[in-house]
Amino acid sequence: MNLKELSKQEERLESGHRLCPGCALPMIARQLLHSLHGEPVVVGCATGCLEVSTTIYPYTAWKTPWIHNAFENVAATMSGAETAYRVLQKRGKIPKDKKIKFLAIGGDGGTYDIGLQSLSGTLERGHNLVYVCMDNEAYQNTGIQRSSSTPFAAATNTSPVGKIKKGKEQFKKDLTAVIAGHHIPYVAQASPHNWVDLMKKAEKAFAVEGPAFINTISPCVPGWGYKSDQTQEMARLAVDTCFWPLFEIENDVWKLNYNPGDKKEPIINWCKHQARFRHLLKPENKELLDKFQAHVDERWEWVKKQCGK
Amino acid sequence: MSGESWKEIPIGGVIEKAGNSKEYKTGSWRSNRPIHVPDKCIHCMICWIVCPDCAVKAKDGNFSHFDYDYCKGCGNCAARCPKDAIVMKTELEAQKEDEK
Ligand code: SF4
Ligand code: SF4
Repeated sequence: MNLKELSKQEERLESGHRLCPGCALPMIARQLLHSLHGEPVVVGCATGCLEVSTTIYPYTAWKTPWIHNAFENVAATMSGAETAYRVLQKRGKIPKDKKIKFLAIGGDGGTYDIGLQSLSGTLERGHNLVYVCMDNEAYQNTGIQRSSSTPFAAATNTSPVGKIKKGKEQFKKDLTAVIAGHHIPYVAQASPHNWVDLMKKAEKAFAVEGPAFINTISPCVPGWGYKSDQTQEMARLAVDTCFWPLFEIENDVWKLNYNPGDKKEPIINWCKHQARFRHLLKPENKELLDKFQAHVDERWEWVKKQCGK
Repeated sequence: MSGESWKEIPIGGVIEKAGNSKEYKTGSWRSNRPIHVPDKCIHCMICWIVCPDCAVKAKDGNFSHFDYDYCKGCGNCAARCPKDAIVMKTELEAQKEDEK
């Protein structure tokens, strides 16, 4: 993955979109598009920050065919687009040798929650497309409401911190493992701070026949409450604390792509930069922090075990 | 697009000009400005890959310039530059220097 060579490629997500300064979503989207090296691609977005802010009427930042339908059905919409392509090719309306890729993108709201059913159906039917979840861990676009992806103890507007309740009471849903249960050819977890890993995974995902899924961590400046220049650092810390392990599952074989080993950082190193976790720094909430840490460690051990480590 | 009547709007809300978001300049959002220090730059293009706004412009695989029409001043390019070849200045400071 040579950045100098990649920088000669055409940008297919243009400037002028209205995502917040420092947003991770366009970082991830650009990496995905560059991993295609100019191959034709049809993109679909579920309702969410990326969809809203890149296509404020009458503008679009996309230089690819692009479609938005609703919150819950980007996977269904894209499975329809992919099927239409196959049928038109069969009927000779699209040349046999013309290869077109299909990319569906959803946030955690559109993927972990609202679109899970249509995504599951798409994977089960075996459509030849790539689904990428950009997980910013809440309904950030509508004003920071908790989702099933929001981490334990994180404050959102629907899981606030007060005298009695201290942020979200439930643990984050392990969506990547849920997707792995569909036994599709390719599943991975990636982070935009490690673009080599993310883009290699994207290349693999686009290359396989059948459905592929990549879950990416997408730090959110206003939702997580950190300084706008720390987006890359928040992604790195999510990985180095083992909150967001980097792994891939090729034909049901799990592989760990990165192990911080002795350099594994405590979860507080990630939390302390984020306003949504501010209360965890208080001595009286130590129990919560310990519970969060124990859960991260437990999940990390589980992932390592799947990967045969 | 302004000045068109509803009759000229494409059916289905289709946007016919791909990438026309470029007509909307986001550079005015910026309160901090990245400044490139050419002597320190090794043209690794890390700033290019991390920029969320395609505001780091490359030429022949090398750093060329910042596109201040779109740069929102987030500072991720400076934070990730391995050679401290990008300095963040407040927009006020930078504008004062421009005037000199
Ligand atoms: S990250 Fe720094 S050293 Fe690398 S190309 Fe950009 S300015 Fe130059
Ligand atoms: S400050 Fe942010 S928007 Fe401006 S060039 Fe750097 S990374 Fe891009």
